[in-house]
Amino acid sequence: MDPKIIVDTLWVLFTAMLVFFMNTGFAMVESGFARAKNTVNILSKNFIVFAVSSLAFWLIGWGLMFGNGNGFFGIEGLFTLGGADNSPATNDAYEGAYSAIGWAGVPLMAKFFFQLVFAGTAATIVSGAVAERIKYISFILFSFIMVAVLYPVTGHWIWGGGWLANLGFWDFAGSTTVHSVGGWAALAGVLLLGSRIGKYKDGSIHPIPGHSMPLATLGAFILWLGWFGFNPGSTMAADVDAIARICITTNSAAAAGILSSTLVSWLVLGKPDLSMTINGCLGGLVAITAGCAFVSVGSSVIIGFAAGAIVVFAVVGFDRVKIDDPVGALSVHLVNGIFGTIAVGLFAQDVFSPGTTGDGLFFGGGFGLLTSQLIGVASVGAFTFGLSLVAWSLLKATVGIRVSREEEVEGLDVGEHGMSAYPEFASSPERYSAMSDETMPPKPKRRVEPGSEVAVEH
Amino acid sequence: MKKIEAIIRPHKLDDVREALSEEGIRGMTMIEVKGIGRQKGHTEVYRGSEYQIDFLPKIKLEVVVPDEIVDKIVSVIVRSARTGSVGDGKIFIIPVGEVVRVRTEEVGEEAL
Repeated sequence: MDPKIIVDTLWVLFTAMLVFFMNTGFAMVESGFARAKNTVNILSKNFIVFAVSSLAFWLIGWGLMFGNGNGFFGIEGLFTLGGADNSPATNDAYEGAYSAIGWAGVPLMAKFFFQLVFAGTAATIVSGAVAERIKYISFILFSFIMVAVLYPVTGHWIWGGGWLANLGFWDFAGSTTVHSVGGWAALAGVLLLGSRIGKYKDGSIHPIPGHSMPLATLGAFILWLGWFGFNPGSTMAADVDAIARICITTNSAAAAGILSSTLVSWLVLGKPDLSMTINGCLGGLVAITAGCAFVSVGSSVIIGFAAGAIVVFAVVGFDRVKIDDPVGALSVHLVNGIFGTIAVGLFAQDVFSPGTTGDGLFFGGGFGLLTSQLIGVASVGAFTFGLSLVAWSLLKATVGIRVSREEEVEGLDVGEHGMSAYPEFASSPERYSAMSDETMPPKPKRRVEPGSEVAVEH
Repeated sequence: MKKIEAIIRPHKLDDVREALSEEGIRGMTMIEVKGIGRQKGHTEVYRGSEYQIDFLPKIKLEVVVPDEIVDKIVSVIVRSARTGSVGDGKIFIIPVGEVVRVRTEEVGEEAL
């Protein structure tokens, strides 16, 4: 066996395992940012979503995404990886149902495993945004629809040899295919779900603090690590110069995102909020995902820096228009998924991946690439958001998507799963903190009139 | 016998316990509570929104003593728990009907 095939396969499988492990990171970040009474539910969603993804992608998702077909979806080899295939033969030597990925010189199973963990990532993004009020069953059903149909179809347009790829749209590791797709699906869900009880009561924004910053932080580290599988792995070959360079563009964006989100949070909101720092790290990583192979290290610093700032404003912005996203998934994955995709149109340099993107706007390439990127953002957005709305609406009309008011107040752990994440802590602290009724979140700061009795300290 | 309920700052627990130990009082119960009084709460910020924490963490220490030493013990607690700032706490003195030791069923002051 050709040593190149062996090394490439090891690389693909190893990076796929890193991306698989990102599910751990998501589970930890999401549960850390949510209340203790919903922890079992969030962990369950993150755990089961990969199982659902594994099945859905195997049953039909892979076929729709990579099967030979038309510009919009695959037709050959649709079900259970059944198409003819002579991987690891590549390019002209490849014969089979999955020509779009015939460029990768690894066995079919390795290609499938690698692409599967990416599909799983898109599905798990939804989990965070809908946390603390979604019904378990409807999340499971939606995830199946998403990985079986929604994700693969847009994926076909971009990575499956479809119309966006032919238009000159480029997304190296998935700012659009994975992150914004997850973000659009999440946004549709959040809009139909509504905000958590007490979040926007009396017209003001009531903070609902997460129950474990340690869990969230460790989870963020795991995601950061996982991204070293996500981005460099997308070469699907142990192309030593490329994978090393991509590690650096990836890391630089994360670092810049951390610094800018911290700085912006400090200056604009008053304190360096750790949860914003975490979102900034992840936002930077999402933003560089599309361009990690196409842009310089310097550009990735700029992209990451912008992403971190964008995240902070997006988080506050969504709250201002009463779109309740407990973990900042929309700000991280949707907004920065879009930004990262557009950034390719600005910062790409042909020298890094010759014959692919060409040069972006800032490097003398004109508006061509940028235009393709914008078309991709808009079309994927319209398709994913539109069909997600349909799917969520169907679920809302049939099994329902939101838990009852009583259950939401009591906590989804007890309501959906009949158990508690921390049974030895008999009552949750928030039951006794500064609230009036029904386990409401703490009240926002009151303005005190000077000279009133309340203002005088004895 | 009286039960002395002292609500104190959490970080003062060790000082009070040591001071009581010097007076020969080694048996007591403590519970973590939250309280509100003249001490104002504080403001926290989470993801850009401010909110007020009014109920502050305190420790409630309970110790039952014979009548003769109530005043002494109260002043020992006050001296060791005081910082001088608003929020030092309060002490309540409550009559106790009877005391029983679970292991031996002794009653009265022997059971203390």
